[in-house]
Amino acid sequence: MRPAPRSELLAGWGRAAPTAAGVVRPRTCAEVEEIVAEGGARRGGHRLARGLGRSYGDAAQCGGGVVLDCTALDAILELDEREGRLRAEAGASLDSLLKVLVPRGFFVPVTPGTRFVTLGGAIASDVHGKNHHVDGSLGAYVEHLRLVTASGSVSCGGGEHEEELAATLGGMGLTGVITEATLRLLPITTSRMIVDTERAPDLDACMSLLSEEQGRYHYSVAWIDALATGRRLGRAVLTRGDHAVVSDLPAGGGDPLAYEARQRFSVPLPPPVSLLNPLSVAAFNEMWFRKAPRRRLGKLESIAAFFHPLDGVGRWNVLYGPRGFTQYQFVVPFGAEAAVRTVLERLSAARVASFLAVLKCFGPAGSGHLSFPSEGWTLALDIPLGGSGLSELLDGLDTVVAEAGGRIYLSKDGRLRPELVPSMYPRLDEWTAVCRRLDPDGVFSSDLGRRLGLGGAAGAGRRGEAA
Amino acid sequence: MIDATGMPQSAVVVGGSSDIARETLRILAGRRLRSVLLAGRDAGSLEAVAAELRTLGVTSAETARLDVSEVGGLDAFAAEAARRLGEIDLVIVAAGDLGTAVIDELDADSVAANIVTNFAGPAAVTLALAHVLRAQGCGRIVILSSVAGMRVRAARLVYGSAKAGLDGFALGLCDALEGSGVDVMVVRPGFVRTKMTEGLEAAPLSVDAPAVAQAIVRGLETGAAVVWVPGALRPIFGVLRLVPRALWRRLPG
Repeated sequence: MRPAPRSELLAGWGRAAPTAAGVVRPRTCAEVEEIVAEGGARRGGHRLARGLGRSYGDAAQCGGGVVLDCTALDAILELDEREGRLRAEAGASLDSLLKVLVPRGFFVPVTPGTRFVTLGGAIASDVHGKNHHVDGSLGAYVEHLRLVTASGSVSCGGGEHEEELAATLGGMGLTGVITEATLRLLPITTSRMIVDTERAPDLDACMSLLSEEQGRYHYSVAWIDALATGRRLGRAVLTRGDHAVVSDLPAGGGDPLAYEARQRFSVPLPPPVSLLNPLSVAAFNEMWFRKAPRRRLGKLESIAAFFHPLDGVGRWNVLYGPRGFTQYQFVVPFGAEAAVRTVLERLSAARVASFLAVLKCFGPAGSGHLSFPSEGWTLALDIPLGGSGLSELLDGLDTVVAEAGGRIYLSKDGRLRPELVPSMYPRLDEWTAVCRRLDPDGVFSSDLGRRLGLGGAAGAGRRGEAA
Repeated sequence: MIDATGMPQSAVVVGGSSDIARETLRILAGRRLRSVLLAGRDAGSLEAVAAELRTLGVTSAETARLDVSEVGGLDAFAAEAARRLGEIDLVIVAAGDLGTAVIDELDADSVAANIVTNFAGPAAVTLALAHVLRAQGCGRIVILSSVAGMRVRAARLVYGSAKAGLDGFALGLCDALEGSGVDVMVVRPGFVRTKMTEGLEAAPLSVDAPAVAQAIVRGLETGAAVVWVPGALRPIFGVLRLVPRALWRRLPG
């Protein structure tokens, strides 16, 4: 007997707009199929998969519906070390996978800035990493998926159901529940990164460093001080690196593949007010910029320090206080550098406190219909909510991004104007057609989907009408 | 859905032609508001508000006749609202009537009727809609209280005591809905220069309806549980509540 859904208040990583849903924690794929089959378009009949809740906005929430907490589906099903291929259940976290993979000489082909995401969640967001300019997004490495849709289980990949696969990569969980995935892995010989760090005094310098040396590094990103204005607008610290090989390591340093990723500290209690305000963040950013070396080459860093620095502090998201925060991430094509500058100018002028903003170059887009990355510049900034005029400020930035031919990352979004989605995601119609075919009644639904009008039942009928 | 900045896409407004509700909807229409159901007694003025909202970008602005004093029909109204809007992000309860406070003009019927209009009816319709929101797992309820309910004066005898009841109900409901995804915001304006107060002499610190609307929208953005308009009334009433009665009954305004 499965336990009945337990009502829980669910929010995204930004803790902004929580809604209540019934939560179930399936332990097998068969249970997932049962729970999905019990769904229907009536009130309370919506279904949605959730992983570790690291989407910033409302992508993994389904108010009034049933949310499948997939984290119990975390088994590694097959590890082919000869071919470098992993088959695992979709609720497995990258954290748990890396603990197994790195000591065996493999790395995930793409990792976002946190390893506390599930494989399924990473695929549904088609996550990118610091290597997008070289390697593309995670979807490029997904060979096979098992997907529980509203009309039954589908096995996608290897020439079968490729359309469903393309709709699911970056599909925000609205095509169904991903229960397992097969991933091509990256072979590595050490668990260290060899990293070059360099300061850039302003935005132009930062962008030319990033774009001129595209491809020289496997991984590359710039951390921008989003509070710097005027001459220093866009001042940045670039960190770029590659996987170290054994000869890069000092002799006698022990196992070159030893992997350690620990959380040093966790925020014990949510503070009653935000601790991150323009003053504290400006002080932090100043210190951080001055602390960075002007130029330092070839420093060895651990995988955790290079890829997942924020994972060192548990629950850092509560520092933004009870009202929460959002992350504003967009991409604009190369040639639209002025749009990046405008966004930075407006945000720094508004003194919207943000820890470091992240700027990087994307390579060509992948195959996912709603996949976010596309060739150009991407900028991501954390913004605390509750500020006066924030809604209009961000709406204005959306216009800048849309007019530059860019788009907003749905996994970070909590507030985009729905009217802008079709122009930002030109393959939306293709995606919607697949959703309609798989899920004509709109069993799969999320707060994000309802807010933006996405999904199989979008426009066809609203929630509750069949009640 | 309510977005991360607190802005709703759909709203049900009880007392939909009230000046405060109308000004609030005007601001929200410029943000994310796309479907509205305006309920109230006067079909003509509701339709006028609906027409204006349509020109401001609201794609579906409908009206419904509702008299909150007819308590028997309120559950049916809530179900109808849910059906027509699909999903209700925001409920604004702005129905109210100042009535008279001249002791000579008051009788048992008028006192009971005023309390139904200002307290029993609004509380009942709020509860009916709260059940819809609970089933959705999300939504925000904004209840128009008044500083008149903070300490009842002879000059607002019935209205003030009804608002005191409604204010208490709203705060209690907020606690009762904890964990359900549904939030309640209590708005306590001072003297607001509106249709309802036309002809009355404005009290100190009086405000107009757009100022109250701005404070409501600000409250939605910040997630406030209680909003005083103007904000200075909060400390003032902190003191006024403690003023000895002999002095209280002599205060002007």
